[in-house]
Amino acid sequence: MKQLLTGNEAITRGAYEAGCTVAAAYPGTPSTEILENMAGYKEIYAEWSPNEKVALEVASGAAIAGARALAAMKHVGLNVAADPLFTMAYEGVNGGLVIITADDPGTHSSQNEQDNRYYAPHAKVLMLEPADSQECKDYTKVAFALSEQFDTPVLLRVSTRVCHSKSLVELEEREEVGVKEYCKNVKKYAMTPAHAKVRHVLVEEKLARLREYSNNSPLNKIEWGKKKIGIITSGISYQYAREVFGGKVSYLKLGLTYPLPERLIKEFAQAVGQVMIIEENDPYLETYVKSLGIECQGKELIPICGELNPGIIRQAFFPEEQKQNSCVAEATLKIPSRPPVLCAGCPHRGLFYALSKLKDVVVSGDIGCYTLGLVPPLGVTDTVICMGASISAGIGFEKAFQQGEVKKKVFSCIGDSTFFHSGITGLIDAVYNKSKLSIIILDNRITAMTGHQENPGTGKTLQGEDAPVIDIEQLVRAVGVKEENIRVIDPYNLAETEGAVRDASLAEELFVIITKRPCALIKEVRRARSGFYCSIDAEKCKKCKACLRVGCPALALKGEQVFIDPEMCNGCGLCQQVCKFEAITKVGEEND
Amino acid sequence: MRQLRRLVKKMTKALLLVGVGGQGTILASKILSEGLVRQGYDVKMSEIHGMAQRGGSVTTQIKFGEKVSSPIIGLAEADVIVAFEKVEAVRCLPYLKEEGTLVVNDHEIYPLPVLTGQEQYPADVLAFLQKQVKKCKVLNANHIAAELGNTKAQNIVLLGAVIKALGLEELDWVEILKKYLPPKLHQLNIKALESGLSL
Repeated sequence: MKQLLTGNEAITRGAYEAGCTVAAAYPGTPSTEILENMAGYKEIYAEWSPNEKVALEVASGAAIAGARALAAMKHVGLNVAADPLFTMAYEGVNGGLVIITADDPGTHSSQNEQDNRYYAPHAKVLMLEPADSQECKDYTKVAFALSEQFDTPVLLRVSTRVCHSKSLVELEEREEVGVKEYCKNVKKYAMTPAHAKVRHVLVEEKLARLREYSNNSPLNKIEWGKKKIGIITSGISYQYAREVFGGKVSYLKLGLTYPLPERLIKEFAQAVGQVMIIEENDPYLETYVKSLGIECQGKELIPICGELNPGIIRQAFFPEEQKQNSCVAEATLKIPSRPPVLCAGCPHRGLFYALSKLKDVVVSGDIGCYTLGLVPPLGVTDTVICMGASISAGIGFEKAFQQGEVKKKVFSCIGDSTFFHSGITGLIDAVYNKSKLSIIILDNRITAMTGHQENPGTGKTLQGEDAPVIDIEQLVRAVGVKEENIRVIDPYNLAETEGAVRDASLAEELFVIITKRPCALIKEVRRARSGFYCSIDAEKCKKCKACLRVGCPALALKGEQVFIDPEMCNGCGLCQQVCKFEAITKVGEEND
Repeated sequence: MRQLRRLVKKMTKALLLVGVGGQGTILASKILSEGLVRQGYDVKMSEIHGMAQRGGSVTTQIKFGEKVSSPIIGLAEADVIVAFEKVEAVRCLPYLKEEGTLVVNDHEIYPLPVLTGQEQYPADVLAFLQKQVKKCKVLNANHIAAELGNTKAQNIVLLGAVIKALGLEELDWVEILKKYLPPKLHQLNIKALESGLSL
């Protein structure tokens, strides 16, 4: 029977069936589940790497050694891994090398909406774009084969809707390809300037062969319908176009989108009346089609920004068409917004609450749950750029304030997993260049935002096996932060947290606070604290609402009285410590 | 009846499950999708998870029929919406077809701006929904689940109600349920499913 799989599950399955033996990734929505699912296949060595550059280098080394290897990442992750990507295009492979880039049109869970299709021509690597889960599996297998056939890394470009949509997939057996023989070949695998000069020529020759191949690839196919309109499309956009036009138009569905099939596109354009390009985000296909001198329409009709959907296409092509009626008449009810918030019992809350009491501070934030430190009522975070930037951008802030004689204290807030990802280099810079920054490492012992993945600090591997724990405190000390400028605190203890933050704000040297408390959603933590909650004594309560300022979703104002939802509350006690009238008490106790 | 079902099978049906992170919408969608596959439909299911789900709105989209292209549901395209929370029902109402069915859980989860007193949770949500939607079915899945022993089974109560609304009762849902839940939760959830089916 066919199975209902997400695109991510199907990619993993494809890698398994293709005989992949090494896989690496850093978690990132919407790509995370690709490696999570690898843990279920014992034939594949799979690891969480500290960042995407490491992951791609692990996969690259494995591919040169002769294994079929895969690295998976979200779109911005490929920015981090761009360095090995570009040079691996020169080196080529031994065993197949497949790199998954999972883009996020609509920024469902990302800091930008970059279109990673441009990486393929930029890095000069082959690119495939599946449109549903069956294709995710099939194309992953094709990607490994093409990687070996053409001696090149292959980029498999997917998007949130492909990754996180389920559709039916036919499963097949694994092909055991083993690990190929490795032969030392420095002219191919050691990219010195002299070797690179030669390899660049070979890369261009390879691209010429790939251009020819693209015209004949079964992944690029014409689906004839009526020929008045011909639509050129790829990936999820194909599904949306199909939904809107059905058999009323002809399609050139592109599955191999770099190099693009010049001859096939010209043939298609000649056979149809009008050429339309339907693609999400940037005019990647359109620019190429226009470069061939073919008249076509694309971004005049389909917006560059945001996630595409059939409704947008319908509106663009048939603006005069009567819209389908929905149930809402004009009279709409005013409803409250539901922004994401730090969970009840989140260990980050105490820290942000303490920071919110300080004046004249700037907080340089980072990527993770604690990005939500910018949401009111806590609202302390000033900037978020990319993974690891909290520390390095914080250094820049602090140096600029010094230059401009601005009296503001700069704090950087970074999570444990993000610190391992790319915060360590920032810390080294801060020590080396005598920054007066105050760094807060929020160690909740998990990669929480992406759904609880292990990391170098958790003591577990991707497969849940025991692993050495990288001790953040030791690391901070080892790079040279002075002992007297390091505080390790429990963020559930407000007095301790406020004390540390105060010391940091007064420090004249680099200062590091490490908050240690596991994420409230970790299964063991939930079990241990399940019988634990806080309760408000309505008689003692003076209705000052100070407790609401911690921004906890377990606390609700009903009329003038605050209530605590015992189901949601995990008894972290932050509200209790904020209350000046001892109106809040802890009920129950922690289970062992 | 059989003829009707064959007719339905040819057309693509769109179902939207909406709620708040932690209510179990995704599990309910998984069970439902598996049942639809067993019925022989082409099925596509789309969910978004990540940052917005930390206490934010959660939406799962299921489309089924003979052949499904787009996995996502546009405005005024949903045949059935199941709202695990009242305000979320209002939020997604533009996606419901004029003649579509709304199954709504009479349950309130206050978002942070309401909890802190900056925004209001409207008092008359159910009346509004019943006025706007001709086929509006209100149930209190939390209350039912609580009586069965655990409010967490609310999602399965709602699942039962949806199965009924879609006319898919004959399938062996208990078997699918068991596949997705640990043995200790079987009894509770089978009861929850039965209550949902009987509403």
